[in-house]
Amino acid sequence: MNISRQWLSDYTNITASAQEYEDAMTMSGSKVEATYEPSEEIKNVVAGHVLSIERLPDSDHLWVCQIDVGKDAPLQIVTGADNVKAGDMVPVALHKSRLPGNVKIEKGKIRGVKSEGMLCSLTELKLDLGDFPYASEDGIFIMQEDCKPGDDIRPIIGADDSIVEFEITSNRPDCMSVIGLARESAVTFGTELTIPEPTVKGSGGDIKELLSIEIDNYALCPRYTGRMVKNIKIEPSPKWMRRRLRAAGLRPINNIVDITNYVMLEYGQPMHAFDYSCLDGGKIIVRTAAQGEHMNTLDGTERTLTPDMLVIADGNKPVGIAGVMGGESSEITENTKYAVFESANFNGVSIRRTATALNLRTDASSKFEKGLDIENTLPAVERACELVELLGAGEVVDGIIDIREKHFTPTTLKLEHEKINKLLGTDIDQAFMVATLEKLGFKIDGDTVAVPSWRSDIEHFSDLAEEVARFYGYDVIEPSLHNGTHSGGFTSKQIAERKITGLCRAMGYTEICTYSFVGQTDYDKVALPKDSNLRKGVTILNPLGEDTSIMRTTSLPSMLDALATNWGHRNPEAKLYEMAMIYLDIGEALPDERPILTLGGYGKCDFFEIKGVCETIFREMRVRDVRFTAEKNNPSYHPGRTAAIYSGQTLLGVVGQVHPTVVKNYGISDAFSAQIDFLAMLSCMDEEISYKQLPRFPAITRDIAVVCDLSVTAADLIECIRGSGGGLLRETTLFDVYTGDQVSEGKKSMAFSLKLRSDEQTLTDDYADEMIKNVLDALKTQFDADIR
Amino acid sequence: MKEKLEQLKNEARDALGGANTAPALESLRIKYLGKKGEITAILKQMGSLSAEERPIVGQLANKIREDIECAISEKATELETAALLERLVSEAIDVTIPGKLCSVGRRHPTNIVLDEVKDIFIGMGFEIAEGPEVELSVYDFDKLNIPTTHPAREWTDTFYITEDESVHLRCQTSPVQVRVMEKQRPPIRIISPGRVYRKDEVDASHSPMFHQIEGLVIDKGVTMGDLKGTLNLVVSKLYGENTKTRFRPHHFPFTEPSCEVDVQCVVCGGNGCRTCKQSGWLELLGAGVVHPKVLAGCGIDPDEYSGFAFGIGLDRMTMLRFGIDDLRLLFENDLRFLTQF
Repeated sequence: MNISRQWLSDYTNITASAQEYEDAMTMSGSKVEATYEPSEEIKNVVAGHVLSIERLPDSDHLWVCQIDVGKDAPLQIVTGADNVKAGDMVPVALHKSRLPGNVKIEKGKIRGVKSEGMLCSLTELKLDLGDFPYASEDGIFIMQEDCKPGDDIRPIIGADDSIVEFEITSNRPDCMSVIGLARESAVTFGTELTIPEPTVKGSGGDIKELLSIEIDNYALCPRYTGRMVKNIKIEPSPKWMRRRLRAAGLRPINNIVDITNYVMLEYGQPMHAFDYSCLDGGKIIVRTAAQGEHMNTLDGTERTLTPDMLVIADGNKPVGIAGVMGGESSEITENTKYAVFESANFNGVSIRRTATALNLRTDASSKFEKGLDIENTLPAVERACELVELLGAGEVVDGIIDIREKHFTPTTLKLEHEKINKLLGTDIDQAFMVATLEKLGFKIDGDTVAVPSWRSDIEHFSDLAEEVARFYGYDVIEPSLHNGTHSGGFTSKQIAERKITGLCRAMGYTEICTYSFVGQTDYDKVALPKDSNLRKGVTILNPLGEDTSIMRTTSLPSMLDALATNWGHRNPEAKLYEMAMIYLDIGEALPDERPILTLGGYGKCDFFEIKGVCETIFREMRVRDVRFTAEKNNPSYHPGRTAAIYSGQTLLGVVGQVHPTVVKNYGISDAFSAQIDFLAMLSCMDEEISYKQLPRFPAITRDIAVVCDLSVTAADLIECIRGSGGGLLRETTLFDVYTGDQVSEGKKSMAFSLKLRSDEQTLTDDYADEMIKNVLDALKTQFDADIR
Repeated sequence: MKEKLEQLKNEARDALGGANTAPALESLRIKYLGKKGEITAILKQMGSLSAEERPIVGQLANKIREDIECAISEKATELETAALLERLVSEAIDVTIPGKLCSVGRRHPTNIVLDEVKDIFIGMGFEIAEGPEVELSVYDFDKLNIPTTHPAREWTDTFYITEDESVHLRCQTSPVQVRVMEKQRPPIRIISPGRVYRKDEVDASHSPMFHQIEGLVIDKGVTMGDLKGTLNLVVSKLYGENTKTRFRPHHFPFTEPSCEVDVQCVVCGGNGCRTCKQSGWLELLGAGVVHPKVLAGCGIDPDEYSGFAFGIGLDRMTMLRFGIDDLRLLFENDLRFLTQF
């Protein structure tokens, strides 16, 4: 919302500087984004009277002028423009002057002839024909303004105003107007607010004989107010009006249209003017559109309407889309003689939906959609008629048509002064509260507060507290710290999460952050079967695109995407992790959101590296009884290089080499990944740590190597060794696996280091020999493994 | 015999002077002090001495043995020291050659900032609350006093899961507040960080998924002054003791009074720069006194309890913190970016 400070001063006189004004308004709740001061951009430019003009000798396009700028002697200025003649009044940039765009002008010599400044065009003053329709677009600006030589150019061209850009919050549509902001300004600066009631002289006649208005749908149009103007003379509106419209970013069109826009800015009430001669039957009917009804809007576009859209119709057809844009058929033209001013109140949500559906957001719709003051339609239409008379744009027909279903009853609240102070932590006296609220337009009777019609955002005592606080000053409220002891802290789950992610980083894995949504093509890429349950997830009905339409049920595609990104950037190796959710449809209203730790890597990474990372995490997190079993059936992973991870009977996840066809889909050569269910892992952790006495007797270590079939796994042998080794076997470590010339075809050798220790005594070699024999016997019996 | 011993002593001393290696020294030790050594040989002849001479010569012999032992041991130490010095010199390395770095992964920048924020609040007695990302509209809208006609509910703004609009991807972490208030009696002090979703196309400052940190304090007698005091403390811990704040009136449906909190621009210190658009201030968070309707809707008596809430955009905070100019970098997962933090 851009507003001219001069316009504001029609209502309240504020002398604050631009910076003071910005700061104070921002702190009272009307945030100022910026202030534009054209006056700052123009320095030392004055009106000049051209005394004489003649060709510069030896030039076919330059002229030498003698210009009176109100000083003792005229200035000599060389110009290239062809539209200047003696007697003209022109803008003159003097020696050491500045023009918009930080252009500096100094005196100098042109073709050896002294030139003591520059004559300015509209563009050089950042003006255009909208500001001065009579001027020439190309040449020097020949002014028809009331001024004398030497006068500062800025007031003449209206560059003595400041334009303030406000950011208005959605709850304050009343502040999307000059009057609304003037009210806020007056309360902020403690100045007087004067809002004159519009007065219309009228010119006889009776609107009711010319026009009838009917509302079909009060829910969508609670009020419609109309007045008429006759004998219209369409012409440009006066300079002051054009300037204010332009300051607000609107393009001046003609006096009648400009008046409607002017009132919209001033009162915050969007208005529309219809050419009466184009209204069939002299009727205005506010109704919803028929299915498939068509009309052309003012922007020349044909619109197809639907039955949830509100239109303004005449006896036969729609002539405007209510609150959004008028129709071409009833547009004000230079031939318009009779016009109807519409000042109506529409349902904000309906307007918003219509504007969105038609992709047609206008100044009017963006105001209506916030919900406007139902009491404002009448003053606004009166103001428009007052302006018609002021501008001499036409004659106002007597009478008003004002249709509404019910009268406005203000919200009333109790002024609870103590309660407000308690909520704010302040000691503001009641008199200040009353004075502030009254200045804001609230009517106070005892402790009853009647909320003004334009403040539908106020419905609770806490809203009053905010009104008081805004003007008392948020910055004045003393900061305090609430007392009371409270036991905060991380939960054990949060602590575990921090620890695990810390371990990942300690082992070289870098954290990533991927989107929670994927698409079916991502599932294709990781080779999920078409009938996989994982394809049945939570689906977004209105996604940005297919590729972000499903809440992921597996974290693998996201990880592979991240690996592929790095592969694509030629990062030679990557080790990544993410702790984030998957979303499993469990047939309830909300899915099961499960945090998954996903590891992924390529480059200096292999199966045993990534498995080792998992094992280290399990060890450090004290996960019980972890087992890895060959997993041949996961379609995303290499069938011979993948393991399912269990703690006891609980499945924790999967680790393996990503299937060669899957990595190919991502354009990577080889990748490894692990997906671990964080909550499953948490449920398998030993939380208590208890000290075990240090060994008092030495241990005996024996190494054995056995030859067995290739199909026998290390886990099989270790389990057998542990089972047969007796209670004093403390550690069993696989330290070598060999296949090759030294063993026969189809066989492999595996070597283990066994550590025996008793807490009671030093073990004897005989005991160790006996134990080893038991182990070797068991290996022979169960796996036909021979000592090597 | 005395003369012989004295002679032996002088001879040994000279010999030791020339012994420059450990083996040479050892052979001298054997030569003079060994079982078949020269001193022993002399002592064996003690029988030929008179009874008066025998103790005198014996004493002398022992003294000379000790002297030689002592000299040998001194010489041995001397040799060891020399050998050590020589070794140290020969073992010298170029200490400017780079060490062997351990490869360590990095925390995502967003989580670096989040960890800091969490630690600050944990230190103030807060807890971290979590809640679902796929959320019931009751929690994300209705109970937060967001009217059914609010634009945020439009299908153009929010990702919906069900046609009847009862389930969607949460567009803020505020529903966690509601869930906590329904479950836990005051006092409540929580922050709830997490992923949130809004239907924005990806660009340098928008992402359909981003992160928020929501905070909530409910107790008897909590005031707007407490809101200011608490957030000032957080800002001073995040950005330094002397960082100024500015509380500006604003509007949120679930708080009243509401405010936006600006901090003095961390880039220019408040003088005005490109980052703060010359204003000297950076918008950091939205906050306010919890709307009594919201409290009542969660079964907390607004006449007995009051509280404040605040919401921080974590991604923006991260960008400001590290001077990151494009939001997309936070979700692209390029190691060249991630390893900078």
